[in-house]
Amino acid sequence: MPAVTDRPAGAAASVVKVDAAALAHARAGRNRRERYIVLGLIGALLTVAALSLAIGAYSLSVPDLLRTLAGQGSGSENFIVLSLRLPRLTLAVLVGVAFAISGALFQTVLRNPLASPDIIGVTGGASAAAVFGMLILGFGSLGTSLAAFAGAIIVACAIYLLAWRSGVVGYRFVLIGVGVAFMVQGLLGYLLSRAELNDAQGALLWLVGSVSGARWPSIAVVAVVLIVLLPVIRLADGRLRALQLGDDLARSLGVGAERTRLVLLVIAVALTATATAAVGPLAFVAFVAAPIARRALGTGGVALIPTALVGALITTVADFTAQHLLPGQLELPAGIITGAIGAPYLLWLLATSNTTGKGA
Amino acid sequence: MTLVLERPAAARTRPRRVVIGFAVAVALLVLSIIASLVVGSREIALGTVFDALINPDRARTDHAVILDLRIPRTVVGMLAGLALGLAGALMQGVTRNPLADPGLLGVNAGASLFVVAGIAWFGVTSSLGYVWFAFAGAAVAATIVYLIGSLGREGATPVKLALAGTALTAAFTSLITIVLLADTGAFDRYRFWAAGSLVARDLDAALPLVPFILAGAILAIVAARMLNALALGDDLARGLGQNLITARIICLGAIVLLCGSATAMAGPIVFVGLAVPHIARWITGPDYRLIIAFSALFGPTLLVAADVLGRVIARPGEIEAGLVVAFLGAPVLIALVRRVKLAGL
Repeated sequence: MPAVTDRPAGAAASVVKVDAAALAHARAGRNRRERYIVLGLIGALLTVAALSLAIGAYSLSVPDLLRTLAGQGSGSENFIVLSLRLPRLTLAVLVGVAFAISGALFQTVLRNPLASPDIIGVTGGASAAAVFGMLILGFGSLGTSLAAFAGAIIVACAIYLLAWRSGVVGYRFVLIGVGVAFMVQGLLGYLLSRAELNDAQGALLWLVGSVSGARWPSIAVVAVVLIVLLPVIRLADGRLRALQLGDDLARSLGVGAERTRLVLLVIAVALTATATAAVGPLAFVAFVAAPIARRALGTGGVALIPTALVGALITTVADFTAQHLLPGQLELPAGIITGAIGAPYLLWLLATSNTTGKGA
Repeated sequence: MTLVLERPAAARTRPRRVVIGFAVAVALLVLSIIASLVVGSREIALGTVFDALINPDRARTDHAVILDLRIPRTVVGMLAGLALGLAGALMQGVTRNPLADPGLLGVNAGASLFVVAGIAWFGVTSSLGYVWFAFAGAAVAATIVYLIGSLGREGATPVKLALAGTALTAAFTSLITIVLLADTGAFDRYRFWAAGSLVARDLDAALPLVPFILAGAILAIVAARMLNALALGDDLARGLGQNLITARIICLGAIVLLCGSATAMAGPIVFVGLAVPHIARWITGPDYRLIIAFSALFGPTLLVAADVLGRVIARPGEIEAGLVVAFLGAPVLIALVRRVKLAGL
């Protein structure tokens, strides 16, 4: 019965005449595959992490790196690894997880593969607010982060309220989100074209997104938000799966569709707002992580852990590439790489997919 | 076979609403054109405008303003609006996605990337120079998106096209940003091109594109009937004898011609292509022949009106039409989405 594994969870449930043993076998196969993929992703993430910590203008050998991480390094090794490279790596992992989970929640709850926070204007709201703070109000980096956070929240609330008509339906939310996204993009274009050239270029740099300015306080904020919110999502996992079957079916399974949607969207917005405030709008991570994880698993369901790992892997690889792509001390912001590597990878997924053409 | 195709669509259209809607659309278009000629930082009476059209006398400042500034920007606004409206309707039809717009299939990003390359590496500074870069970029992007979208087993399905377009946009945007971060001068010129202004668009640069827009419009008319079949879903459309690949290639050809010309003329203007078909569908119902006709009227109206509004709200300066259209169009779209159950795609 391997065919059953290719279908979304809902399809398997609707097949009436499947004998229980075959179903259990199929499910075990899927779990095994998920385990292997999770292990593979963790392995890849650890490798990239080790490379990011070890390689740079001052490179360490693996034993040296392990010694330094254990607190036995020399003064300069401690400084380079623990004060410069580790914060940066940690922040990259955390925002990768936050963006990926946020995108997965948006796409699942709104049931549209285009419904990631960067397309429906939530990230754009953060960007517009941050650039407004930078260019008009002369904010520093803390003010800019707060403005970005507030911008994301305000825009998300506006979309939700505008989309509310005795309930929120996916397509209405997405369509209104896209309308709002165009408005904030218009505002951004206005701000950029009216500002002094140097200031505008500074804003452009922020708009790309970069983890190079990682400091422990901002890392702690992102970490706390993740620690608080991830267990909630874990609890809501079953409801998320029920929601995928459609409102009516979810209701008959005892899941209040409207409230579940609201809770999950609030979590998704909080994750995006926090991550954007910390590093700027890293292009494409939220959009691409969930489809990649889903394709790797070969299931139609939401797979939060693989999605989170894929997100972390994208941001860490992007930051590592950004640091070492150009010769010399020149360094690109990580957001350029996430867009540039995320997109071809998604295209490749699309091109090699031989499933139903649903894309994501 | 065609009868079977047309009947359900015809049964759902509302003749009176369509006739009234058509009259209103034409009136709005005429009004916006007149406003575009009359309104500006320099007040010119309607009589003087007609005088300038009939007996042009460039020695008079008013006439020179009309002939050299306002007519070109109005014509460019109309052409670009027409192209974007038609392209948006075709895109939403062929991808069956209500979010489709020139931004979605990567067309804007392709045009922008080529213009940026032109500015940064080939020293292009005039709008006449941007035109061909933008056109080539739009064509390249749409071709890549279509080829990649159609690589899988069952060809270019709507979702794959939309996702491929979004992915390509992200990649191209990254490349654009790399160039802009490295080259301050290019960023300075690019940010004004990208704002989507109709000012200082040269008629000499726009007129060579008219044949492309015409060709695109003709293809759009040809495609309308096919889109009605496509709207029923791939399987049903195939069952009705519609060749899906032919239909998609005709639509994409038209989209490249239309979007490429519009972006070349007026910069990467968002939102017209998205909002116009929705407004049209609200009046016409799901028949694509009518949606395309109404989109051809609403597109120019929206863009020209946005341009006029941009001149009024920031006197004595002005705000670019591309920026205004987002602010003007977004609330309209939001109100529409809230008010009505959108006709399914």
